[in-house]
Amino acid sequence: MSSNQSYYVPESSIWPIVGSIGMFLTFFGLSTLLVNQSNGDPTTTAWVVFTIGALVLIYMITGWLRDVIRESRAGLYDAQMDRSFRQGMSWFIFSEVAFFAALFGSLFYIRFFAVPWLGGEGAKGTANMLWEGFQAQWPLLSNPDNSQFAGPDSVIGPWGLPLLNTLILVTSSITLTLSHKALKYDKRKQTIYWLAATVALGAIFLFFQIEEYIEAYSHLNLTLDSGIYGSIFFLMTGFHGLHVLLGGIILFVVLMRLIKGHFSAHDHFGYEAGAWYWHFVDVVWIMLFVFVYVI
Amino acid sequence: MSSVADAHAADHHDHGPAKGIGRWLFTTNHKDIGTMYLVFSFAMFLAGGAMAMIIRAELFQPGLQMVEPAFFNQMTTMHGLVMIFGAVMPAFVGLANWMIPLMVGAPDMALPRMNNWSFWLLVTGSLILMSTLFMDGGAPNFGWTAYAPLSTTYGPDSTTFFIFSVHILGISSIMGAINVIATIINMRAPGMTLMKMPMFVWTWLITAFLLIAVLPVLAGAVTMLLMDIHFGTAFFDAAGGGDPVLYQHIFWFFGHPEVYILILPAFGIISQIIPTFSRKPLFGYTSMVYATAAIAILSFLVWSHHMFTVGLPLPGELFFMYATMIIAVPTGVKIFNWITTMFRGSISFETPMLFAIGFVVLFTVGGLSGVMLAIAPADFQYHDTYFVVAHFHYVLIPGAIYGIFASVYYWLPKWSGRMYSEALGKAHFWLSFIGLNIAFFPMHFLGLAGMPRRYADYPIQFANFNQVSTIGAFLFGASQLLLVFIVYRAVKNGPKADAKPWEGAEGLEWTVPSPAPYHTFEQPPRVD
Ligand code: HEM
Ligand SMILES: [Cu+2]
Repeated sequence: MSSNQSYYVPESSIWPIVGSIGMFLTFFGLSTLLVNQSNGDPTTTAWVVFTIGALVLIYMITGWLRDVIRESRAGLYDAQMDRSFRQGMSWFIFSEVAFFAALFGSLFYIRFFAVPWLGGEGAKGTANMLWEGFQAQWPLLSNPDNSQFAGPDSVIGPWGLPLLNTLILVTSSITLTLSHKALKYDKRKQTIYWLAATVALGAIFLFFQIEEYIEAYSHLNLTLDSGIYGSIFFLMTGFHGLHVLLGGIILFVVLMRLIKGHFSAHDHFGYEAGAWYWHFVDVVWIMLFVFVYVI
Repeated sequence: MSSVADAHAADHHDHGPAKGIGRWLFTTNHKDIGTMYLVFSFAMFLAGGAMAMIIRAELFQPGLQMVEPAFFNQMTTMHGLVMIFGAVMPAFVGLANWMIPLMVGAPDMALPRMNNWSFWLLVTGSLILMSTLFMDGGAPNFGWTAYAPLSTTYGPDSTTFFIFSVHILGISSIMGAINVIATIINMRAPGMTLMKMPMFVWTWLITAFLLIAVLPVLAGAVTMLLMDIHFGTAFFDAAGGGDPVLYQHIFWFFGHPEVYILILPAFGIISQIIPTFSRKPLFGYTSMVYATAAIAILSFLVWSHHMFTVGLPLPGELFFMYATMIIAVPTGVKIFNWITTMFRGSISFETPMLFAIGFVVLFTVGGLSGVMLAIAPADFQYHDTYFVVAHFHYVLIPGAIYGIFASVYYWLPKWSGRMYSEALGKAHFWLSFIGLNIAFFPMHFLGLAGMPRRYADYPIQFANFNQVSTIGAFLFGASQLLLVFIVYRAVKNGPKADAKPWEGAEGLEWTVPSPAPYHTFEQPPRVD
């Protein structure tokens, strides 16, 4: 029977156009905001446009998801549709991998080429003529031009909060796997408890990450504008943090749906997509821990 | 067929398009979305073309006649951006939307709602990009490559808008690419094995992979620009330990695969059209597939050939020189296969075939000047001269644009149910062909003689070739208006087209009526 059923193509949908309007307002507002701020112009209107845009985007996401969930629960999706969703999610995660690969590539280029060359190493060491006497080191505490970019006093050591955070995220991947196992055996209570633990661990991770940022800004002078170490440190950990936030929100929505009785032992793509994403974010963190904090 | 399926089908599919503007705003239909992509990209092609006309008019004579140098720089930048992100990439996505489901026997794209969002985000991003033309301080003026520090320390205010428009256009393209992959992997009709797929589908599968792999890299690059501009970071500022050359590396890690994104779907189109009008199957189908894959993989390993003069370490210069030259091998395989397909075929020269042959001949010219540019020591001379402008227009116009033109003539009967005028189509081809060569061939000589690109003015000794080039450019530009007329006339009252208007054509798309009904292949066809 299922081979005869045709692929479900929704009649039409208002959400894409709503989402596009939301994107326009959000990013036009945000651009205006940033430009006006840099120029010292008033930013109130830009804030308003940006906020409206963000609200429209939230409205769009909830509405779109509600439609999809409704259709899914009405049994409109067949196995082929399920495979399309899986393809979609896998390639989305692949694009995220590409994004982080670009950031890691930048980190390596700076560490192994740019900074050593500025310090006078090898054939390209002529770059040292720009700031004679500049010493290459990593983490870079003293910048080539310290009057433009005042270097940090020190950086975050790996064996305090970052190690703790590593343990927290790894644990959260384990609790998530336990929850998934439980779901497959239809043990709903355990599924919910383990998933709640996962979300909680994610929240604790974010809390410590914010602590770390506060510490960096208020005690270590490690800031976005303290030269290349601060730049790349905040860029990489910051984007990772945003992904933890997003993954946490996805898992939270999944948790709410579980509590409402959605998903079954055999049919839980939304759950799995969230889980894939979470494991991906976890792996990125381990790479970050090794390459940004430890080495 | 079970009654459940019947009821289900009746529920959702038994009627045509919705009425009014809502059809276009809310649609999930791959044909509607494909049409919107094609129309929008053509409008952008005309807009980018108008900017090119301003550039060429200013360069008609030495000295400054028409525009301020500052505005000239905005025109070169916006021309490049509009053509790449607004015209060529969306046109290919439009063709993918229309043709891939028809070619693999699928009822629609795999993720129809997201498909609509991809299109409207393209409009959103383009609006933001175009709006920079009207801003204080003007549009971006640093070239489409947005090198730091031109785009950071010295960029206009609108740079921030440019950055976010690139993000949005990138999201749009990534979603489009995900949709293409999911459709090809998951929606093929029973019996349509991978190695039976039409070449257009194959090349788009590989293009989609490239898009998903490199657009996030571009997003990373422009995000770092944004941070340097507004948040005081030092990614591209050596005073803080960063490096402007880092930007170039990230950009071109995206940029070189991007040029294959702009050409691979055209390779696919040409591989559909040449067999049809040669009345012979494509020569070396398997080698075509592998050559395309090889080009895609190699395209990740050659990016620094855009940076030979930036001061790379010697091993880098050598590696990127040889790696680039290796790409000529799979490309040569393709050219060989196209020519061999035509060899001893019973060829007829309808307009799509003319554009396809024009493609093979002129793309090869661009490919050969590419090999010249790949020679690192020679590139020290050619870099950033009009030789480069000649090279990339020979691959972009007879490559990407001819591929798109050829496909419009080839599939217009399927889309609209009507034939274009063959006489007018041929006129369009010959005017374009002549205009193009007059416009761009002299640029080779200008470049070899040392005329730099991206300048509003030039020394007097370059005047003659520039005048010839401008005349050719206006001929080429004007003949595109003929295309508008041809398509309009065909769609309005061209003669009715058969389901299969080309006797030599093969493939599922010709098994459905012309125009293709609003819903096709709701029950998958069998392929054997
Ligand atoms: C009507 C036909 C066209 C004409 C007459 C034309 C003319 C030009 C000229 C004269 C320049 C160099 C400006 C300078 O460096 O001073 C240029 C740059 C460029 N063109 Fe075109 N062009 C045409 C079509 C296209 C198409 C179809 C594409 C892409 C698909 C394209 C892509 C580019 C790019 C990427 C640049 C480089 C922009 C930059 O320097 O940042 N052009 N064009
Ligand atoms: Cu390249």
